[in-house]
Amino acid sequence: MTLTTTTRNLPAAPRLPRLLAGVPRDRAAGLTEHLALHGRPPLGEPGDRDRPDRLVDRIERSGLTGRGGAGFPTGRKLRSVLDGRGTPVVVANGAEGEPGSAKDHLLLSRVPHLVLDGISLAACAVGADEAYLAVHRTDTAVLAVLGQALAERRQAGLDPVPIRLAGIPGRYVSSEQSAIVQYLNKGPAMPTFAPPRPHERGVHGRPTVVNNVETLCHLALIARHGDVWFRQAGTPGAPGTTLVTVSGAVGRPGVYEIEMGAPVGHVVTLAGGLVERAGAILVGGYFGTWIPADTAWFTPLTHADLRAIGGAMGAGIIIVLPESSCGLAETARVVRYLAEETAGQCGPCVRGLPELSNELVTLAYSGGRGRTLARVEQLVELVEGRGACKHPDGAANLVRSALKTFAQDVYWHDDDRPCTGLERPPLLPLPDDQARDWEFR
Amino acid sequence: MRYRLRVNPITCEAHGMCAELLGEIIDLDPWGYPILGSDAVPPDLVGHAERAVVSCPTLALILDRSSHARARA
Ligand SMILES: Cc1cc2nc3c(=O)[nH]c(=O)nc-3n(C[C@H](O)[C@H](O)[C@H](O)COP(=O)(O)O)c2cc1C
Ligand code: SF4
Ligand code: SF4
Repeated sequence: MTLTTTTRNLPAAPRLPRLLAGVPRDRAAGLTEHLALHGRPPLGEPGDRDRPDRLVDRIERSGLTGRGGAGFPTGRKLRSVLDGRGTPVVVANGAEGEPGSAKDHLLLSRVPHLVLDGISLAACAVGADEAYLAVHRTDTAVLAVLGQALAERRQAGLDPVPIRLAGIPGRYVSSEQSAIVQYLNKGPAMPTFAPPRPHERGVHGRPTVVNNVETLCHLALIARHGDVWFRQAGTPGAPGTTLVTVSGAVGRPGVYEIEMGAPVGHVVTLAGGLVERAGAILVGGYFGTWIPADTAWFTPLTHADLRAIGGAMGAGIIIVLPESSCGLAETARVVRYLAEETAGQCGPCVRGLPELSNELVTLAYSGGRGRTLARVEQLVELVEGRGACKHPDGAANLVRSALKTFAQDVYWHDDDRPCTGLERPPLLPLPDDQARDWEFR
Repeated sequence: MRYRLRVNPITCEAHGMCAELLGEIIDLDPWGYPILGSDAVPPDLVGHAERAVVSCPTLALILDRSSHARARA
């Protein structure tokens, strides 16, 4: 055996970044620039239409999971519409609703062609004849970038299946997949009761696969470099890289690309490290979990590892809360926002979230007089699992983790003792009321 | 045959009829919305369950008769 073959057989160190390779600082990469960096998407080879499942096979082997929050295997989703009855429809979800997340916006505004490659490849892979890209209708800058990118691609003859831009309402729950589907079917952008799920009956009644835009960017690279390449990063159970949005008490808040399975502490270090003593870390956004900073530090960022400690990875949001902040007050503000963002359809969500929010605000800001805590716990039980979508479950998860992680503070607050954390300005990001889209139609 | 009870929370308007007719399985929460003790309906209660289903003014109570579990995505 020669030395060269031996070297070649060594596992290659994954080269990062992948999605964020060559991402311009303050503008969108044009088509020429994109193709020079990544090459043409392997689309439209003769015979592809007859063998639509080839890319689906590859995605299944890659172990890619959704980057929109739930972490469901992408290959299995594509397979379900490929095997469904009727011509499938592909919907890309770029309507990032989490105030603490900026990764989808970054992809759309800087590397739009990677997103669009992913949509085209997915559409061809499942034999779709319609494809949509949903973004917030209020985000005129992103809509303009995408409009221009689509025009460039039309000239280059890149997208065999036409991709339509869909500006959707900016409400938090409007980015849930069945809400997008209902909006594309000319209804309100509110979640629907399942079944049927979108993959059974979606846009125009056809099998519809909704994928997050980051998921589709990974798909676009797997189509070029293969599933083995994809698995060179991450862990065997959670392969590939993922984008995370880091904010709070860190030196350089922002979007970072990491290997799946990197510990939270590693990610905080990438983001410039701690600028203050950390008390707790919110992992997974507003449907996520407060974890004491010392526990979180060594927790690997995979869906399985976070689930094992009662958490959720969500869309990769990490917010570091300084020790001197009040985690209860922060949670109360977020739950008030989530209550305002209910679609107003399901009794327990409509009635329960505002009551939960009121009790939490009382507990955090005025003290609980020894009875608020029990009421909060009761409301968490009452809203969980009782909506048509997972909105109330997300809020319940957040509150339950707050009660546990800030147990000492909860005890003091419920007993009416003063809290110095309330003197600090609020930390968790919320959209400002002026810029908010209040309509579902 | 297995029977499974579900509530469509979007169409349910807290009329509470279901809890009256199927108190063995259905409780009401403080706002009057049904809470299912368990979603599986024992054979001897299927008749009651069917009566509750047709009595719901908004047809929000659903009784699934199926032997296969649905795939979730
Ligand atoms: C209330 C709610 C809000 C959601 N918001 C988003 C969102 O902003 N972006 C997103 O990609 N997925 C969001 N999802 C998840 C989508 O329903 C869907 O699962 C996802 O877009 C699928 O893409 P993936 O499999 O690539 O992750 C939300 C789900 C719920 C229940
Ligand atoms: S659970 Fe809440 S947010 Fe979800 S559909 Fe029902 S009312 Fe809307
Ligand atoms: S009878 Fe129908 S509307 Fe009334 S509580 Fe029961 S499910 Fe809801």
